Amino acid sequence: MVELLAGPLAYLVFFLVIALYYALITLGLNLQWGFTGLFNVGVAGFVLVGAYSSAILTTPDDPGRIGGFGLPVPLGMAGAMLSAGLFALLVGIPALRLRHDYLAITTFGIAVTLQLVALNLQVLTGGPFGMNFVPRPLYDELGGQGGWNLAYLLFVAALVLLVWRGLARLTASPWGRVLRAIREDEAAAAAIGKHVFRFRLEAFVLGAMVMGLAGAVYAHFIGFIAPEDFLPILTFQVWAMLIVGGAGDHRGAIAGAVLVWAIWTGSGMLLDLFVPPEGKAQAAALQVAGIGVALCLVLLFRPTGLLGRRG
Amino acid sequence: MSLLQVDRLVAGYEPGLPIVRGASIRVAPGEIVAVLGPNGAGKSTLIKAIAGLVLVESGEVRFGGQDLRQLPAHRLVRAGLAFVPQTENVFANLTIQENLELAGFFLGRRRCQERVRAMFELFPDLARQRALPAGRLSGGQRQMLAVARALLVEPGMIMLDEPSAGLSPRLVAEVFAKLAEVRAEGTTILMVEQNVKAALALADRAYVLAEGREHLSGSAAELASHGDLASLFLGGANR
Amino acid sequence: MILQQLADGLVLGSIIALGAIGLTLTYAILRFANFAHGEFVTFGAYLALLALGQFQVLSTTTFGPLSFGWPLLASLAAAILATAGLALLLDRLLFARLGRAGVAIAVVMGSFGAALALRNLLFFAFGGEPQYYSRAIQIALPLLPRSVLGGVRATPDQLAVLGVTALLVIAMHLFLSRATLGRAMRAVAHNPQLATVTGIDVAAVVRWTWIIGAGLAAVAGVFAGLTVQIRPTMGLDLLLPLFAAVILGGIGSPFGAVLGGLIVGIAESLAVPLVGAEYRAAVAFLLLILILLVRPTGLFGERG
Repeated sequence: MVELLAGPLAYLVFFLVIALYYALITLGLNLQWGFTGLFNVGVAGFVLVGAYSSAILTTPDDPGRIGGFGLPVPLGMAGAMLSAGLFALLVGIPALRLRHDYLAITTFGIAVTLQLVALNLQVLTGGPFGMNFVPRPLYDELGGQGGWNLAYLLFVAALVLLVWRGLARLTASPWGRVLRAIREDEAAAAAIGKHVFRFRLEAFVLGAMVMGLAGAVYAHFIGFIAPEDFLPILTFQVWAMLIVGGAGDHRGAIAGAVLVWAIWTGSGMLLDLFVPPEGKAQAAALQVAGIGVALCLVLLFRPTGLLGRRG
Repeated sequence: MSLLQVDRLVAGYEPGLPIVRGASIRVAPGEIVAVLGPNGAGKSTLIKAIAGLVLVESGEVRFGGQDLRQLPAHRLVRAGLAFVPQTENVFANLTIQENLELAGFFLGRRRCQERVRAMFELFPDLARQRALPAGRLSGGQRQMLAVARALLVEPGMIMLDEPSAGLSPRLVAEVFAKLAEVRAEGTTILMVEQNVKAALALADRAYVLAEGREHLSGSAAELASHGDLASLFLGGANR
Repeated sequence: MILQQLADGLVLGSIIALGAIGLTLTYAILRFANFAHGEFVTFGAYLALLALGQFQVLSTTTFGPLSFGWPLLASLAAAILATAGLALLLDRLLFARLGRAGVAIAVVMGSFGAALALRNLLFFAFGGEPQYYSRAIQIALPLLPRSVLGGVRATPDQLAVLGVTALLVIAMHLFLSRATLGRAMRAVAHNPQLATVTGIDVAAVVRWTWIIGAGLAAVAGVFAGLTVQIRPTMGLDLLLPLFAAVILGGIGSPFGAVLGGLIVGIAESLAVPLVGAEYRAAVAFLLLILILLVRPTGLFGERG
């Protein structure tokens, strides 16, 4: 058992946990964009809030900073969702009454601001060094590294399933039908007496809460978080996942996340093999530039997504 | 010889969903022609199609012998065909003077200034408020400014989309009196109207549109006494 | 101290203002929030650096106390042209096509993807290390003695940036209020269809909007490079202040963008002693949220 979980299989488990972490974020974005048409370009910010909130709530007391409250992990995850939701309210209330691109600008702003806070508010976040000792519950009981990773994969898979089924139910409910009506024709939805702003705000906050939960999932898996885990590139990756998977389709969002993450890590490995160490940073830049170009090409030639079946 | 000649025109906002379905009309030089019809008959779409603002699928539009379908929409006014849209027909963020000067930008500076002065003589109300942003004008004054903007370039013909829309009867009379003056100076007029009575009182001839093509046509006097007219409008409105 | 912060804020604000004029014009005339506008700033700065390598041989003398001479001015001109060309190319390949599809937000997303690609291509080509147009160290001149509220000092380059920005803003104002093309731009921003009816070639106005907006962004980039440094992320860091300035001033109002830019620059500068230099960008964000809550049309918004 222990040997099996070393080497390639161990890597596969690790890969899948991260892929499912992205799948959770993509599900959250899918509710916002795929079903409600809300353009959130600050995804990384909401994930960051979730990761840091859960870490602050659950880490052991640390004299170097505020908190380390040592609370149980489930409470940390609940706190992650709550605080991501609060930040969503903060940008949603001023921006969602206005034209679509105001939400893009404000979400961009909150992600930049939260990144700054994580980097500089050392008394709360540990600053550039990040936060260590984020608890990994039952680590020793489940056999350390290998066994625990496998167990965590099962946990995350169950979580993804739960969120997926929950969101699927919601979007198929009358509430979800109103969202789609708003997306198709805002004026018509308003005309039949639907409070457009409230529905959009609810969808936006709920999506952000899922992103916050994903952040907590990441923090408790790696056991260590730092500001550079939540750079704008994260937002792009998730957008690429949603667009590849096809917006408005929960299963597509999950599939897109796994597929894009596979391509991303695969191309990263190739770069590692063929690019000398001194050229790494620049080669990585080329990889990111590739995502930008790919995003534009999909928008131009397959606006409904690569895996998507419907428009 | 017609100045404007429209034949079997098919046009609409989306491909395959024509609103104008084979309309043909003629306007002779110096005439005032009105296009009437019930709501949804395609009057506005017809005039916008002539102006090059909506999708034309087939048919012919000739103005002074020139094929208008070959001309980009922004070249029409230079070819001598000016258009006054129904709503949003002035630049609210520009002053009255700027609105007029912009309309004549291709005339050259001196000629443009001459024409702006001429329009201020024709519309003394506008002259008094020349430095005011057009957004601050009343509905009637806006309509006057829109007409002045179109006349500034001395077009051979102007087309108006419901010039009476939203105006009080007194203002309608004022605008229409101005249009009569304009025609007296030799400008041909094609207008789409809902206000049948006022339109037939001003026009020489009229077309009645129904379901995207002309249903009746004749001199204004003939049509005004036509018994079928009222029933057509009522029938059309109920469809 | 307070006067010095105001002066520093004014220099920063004028760079933001130059970038924001272009952003507000493209926002009003093309009707989308262009997230790639910050990359025009970066591109301008790097293209001028590239051109400077070629033009440096022409002359080594500088203008009096300034750190630069004719070569940098020639490089600035080259950067303006090349950045305008880049904007036209992007419009042709991406924005115009996405715009025709009719989904407004697709263009914003496209600009987001384009920004990512451009920024990382620059990083790939030039590396991440900060670069400078000149290594010469400039002495800040005392403009006001220390006895007056802590005094004001500024480098000759900073003064040049302020002066040229003031000239450009006046030129833009005259252009938009007097020149036919400027009025045509305002007309298209208000109502493209009516502009067409009036005989304005909307496609040509759109092209000129890109040229002017990207050209001013390139100037902002060169000024930022001159007074701070040249980095691949300089445009990204400016993007939030740019949007804050545009919305503060009212979308479509170049005058508002200038005032908004100065307000954001000064606010950032004044906030430094209160919250520390690290939180500069957060100040722009707070201003943005505030204006959206209080007056979403901005100070000089022409449209709702």
